[in-house]
Amino acid sequence: MLAEVCAGFVVLGIAAYAVFGSADFGAGFWDLTAGGARRGGALRGMIQRSMAPVWEANHVWLIFVLVIVWTAFPKAFGSIFSTLYVPLFLAAIGIIFRGTAFALRGQAATIREARVLGALFASASVLIPFFFGAVLGGIASGRVGIGNATGDPVDSWLNPTSALIGVIAVLTGAYLAAVYLAGDSVRAEQPELARAFRSRALLAGAASGAVSIGGLLVLRSDARALFDGLTSGGGLVMVIVSALAGASTLFLVWTERYGLARVTSALAVVAIVAGWALAQDPYLLPPSLTLDQAAAADATLQATVIVVGLGMLILGPSLWFLYRLVLKGQLDQNYEPLDQRFHT
Amino acid sequence: MVAAADLLEARQMQALSLAVHIPIVCFGIAFPAMMLFVEGLYLRTGDATYKALAKRWSKVAVTLFAVGVVTGTILSFEFGLLWPEFMARFGEVFGIGFALEGISFFVEAIFIAIYVYGWDRLSRRAHFLTGIPVVLSGFAGSFNVIAVNGWMNDPTGFDLGPDGQVLNPRPWDALLNSNMWHELIHMYLAGYLVCGFIVAGVYAYAWLRGRRDHYHRTALVVTLAFASLCAPVQVIVGDWAGREVANRQPLKLAAMEGLQRTQNGAPFTLGGFYDESRGEVRYGIEVPRLLSLLAKHDPDARVVGLESAPLEDRPPINIVRFAFQTMAGIGTFLALLGVVFVWTWYRKRRLPLSPWFFRAVMAAGPLSFVALIAGWITTEVGRQPWIVYEVMRTEQAVTNANGLAVGYFVLVAVYVSLGAAVVWLLRRLARRPPETEVAGDAG
Repeated sequence: MLAEVCAGFVVLGIAAYAVFGSADFGAGFWDLTAGGARRGGALRGMIQRSMAPVWEANHVWLIFVLVIVWTAFPKAFGSIFSTLYVPLFLAAIGIIFRGTAFALRGQAATIREARVLGALFASASVLIPFFFGAVLGGIASGRVGIGNATGDPVDSWLNPTSALIGVIAVLTGAYLAAVYLAGDSVRAEQPELARAFRSRALLAGAASGAVSIGGLLVLRSDARALFDGLTSGGGLVMVIVSALAGASTLFLVWTERYGLARVTSALAVVAIVAGWALAQDPYLLPPSLTLDQAAAADATLQATVIVVGLGMLILGPSLWFLYRLVLKGQLDQNYEPLDQRFHT
Repeated sequence: MVAAADLLEARQMQALSLAVHIPIVCFGIAFPAMMLFVEGLYLRTGDATYKALAKRWSKVAVTLFAVGVVTGTILSFEFGLLWPEFMARFGEVFGIGFALEGISFFVEAIFIAIYVYGWDRLSRRAHFLTGIPVVLSGFAGSFNVIAVNGWMNDPTGFDLGPDGQVLNPRPWDALLNSNMWHELIHMYLAGYLVCGFIVAGVYAYAWLRGRRDHYHRTALVVTLAFASLCAPVQVIVGDWAGREVANRQPLKLAAMEGLQRTQNGAPFTLGGFYDESRGEVRYGIEVPRLLSLLAKHDPDARVVGLESAPLEDRPPINIVRFAFQTMAGIGTFLALLGVVFVWTWYRKRRLPLSPWFFRAVMAAGPLSFVALIAGWITTEVGRQPWIVYEVMRTEQAVTNANGLAVGYFVLVAVYVSLGAAVVWLLRRLARRPPETEVAGDAG
């Protein structure tokens, strides 16, 4: 029971990171594809303004997931990191470049500096979710051995399931980001930008949906157990919830109701994370390490539940306060296209 | 069993990442408190200079926080990437400390954003209040990480099974281990020293170049006051830490001093180097009985020497000893500098006049950074060959994965460019004139 609660924390953390963290990565995706300095300046300015107050807090969900896994499921943590060291190391390097380049771009004084830093930020933002998706794919398709570096260091992440989940991670991030940025643009009274993000949201939403549905065929041949889990019982319910939420988001974005679209797009992502967790239940590392086998002693699990429980009492209101200020526009800086200040 | 080269690369990677992260942590510990202090002055006096200064510092703080977020993330990845056996076996014992740290980090990230982006948008009082969780969570975060380091040096809160497996973990006991308090206070003060002297150094430079207005004077006095009040206290805490090490990890103390023989009335040797083949420190200045006096507060006390342990259980003597003496030497200098400042300020209500004082402050910034790293080398290398003191050797903890050398060189390249970028940015921030603030009412 305690092990399930702690696993629930991990799933919650991954879901939160997949919503908030991915949206920041997705913003990087649109930054990367925004075009030349002049044409893309408007989009980049909005991205910079939207992300700046929240990306650090959003990033901490990743740390949250790591510490819960190594405290409550230490054996699984050691196994995952020693086998999947290539994508995890690359993601870590990407995290350094993304975070620093983003923080420094706000201080760039010339268009050249802004361009170099922006390119670093944006390309890292695409690679990181891909590698994290590849890691989850390696776990979900049963490619992580138990113990110190017992799985294949290449095949564990260069395989069809990993590639699929990596691509889905990038696309859903882009989708979420476009939905949020469209809403932010409306609030900043930039109708032209809102339209630009709206069409991006529709495009990315359609692409995510198509890849996810097509991806089921990939899973069927590459990770049969996962496929069976996703097409029966609780897993299937979550897949359907996700599909419905995704479709309603498309409709809401089409009709320019971005406030509600924020909620449904997040729900689509949360449901698919929950579906994955249910699909591989009771295994933490399929095909052999179950949740109970991987779990720490009860005393540790209890301590984890206490810490996270008390922590949520503080974090819940704090996060609510932050996002309320953000959504009410109280932390908004004045909007300026990113290339603007270099033309003076 | 892994190759020695892999173990060394893993240790170097971990050390490099810590050396990058720890100075940033110092700013996370101390800078918000200084910033809030200056904002408090603004609230009390309504003087816009204070507001401009607090605002400027908050921008530096949030940028360093961003860098700290990523370097801290790297550390948590490295725990798994480099030391999977350590994590797999002991994660359930000490992990809770990091869970608590994760929560505090979260709170810090939320409120630093509100604080920095909330200038002029929240009421003055509300804005000041949002800074308080930043200060508290900075403290709580270091508390928890230090608790884990204390545990590695004094592993408690579990039983060891016949095959070395962990039985009956008691995470709360592990968290509140006996090493935690002195390590925490030592590091906490170090945070104020490093942050205070580095920032003061920047303004001391400006002072020497003739920028002596109210703005620069305030910045200099506030940072110097924080650092100078902490510096002499740090000497006392350092003495306490030394005695704790003498009690709990006598071999680490022996390495710090290069003391070969277990003896009563042990001497303290300054300088020189430890010659392994002769088993003694050569070319050092020996002060009779001083080590016994320092370590046990008794000139005749018995101090354990290196010979008490077989060669393979001893830490690398010269690294530990050199690091320790560097830290202690710099610490003494910083304490003297602090006393000069506090004395002058207390007696004359002004900054010292001599340009040499300001030059010394400029040197104190980088030196305090060196002392910080040297102190961590002392405690971490001094714990070797153990990752969990006298329970798990570092070589048993390391990953079996290949490619550590590649990872190491990539990481070095990344950190060098990161360092260059941060220096570039801080210089740019320092050159920009402060924003003009409208004076508010005294509240």
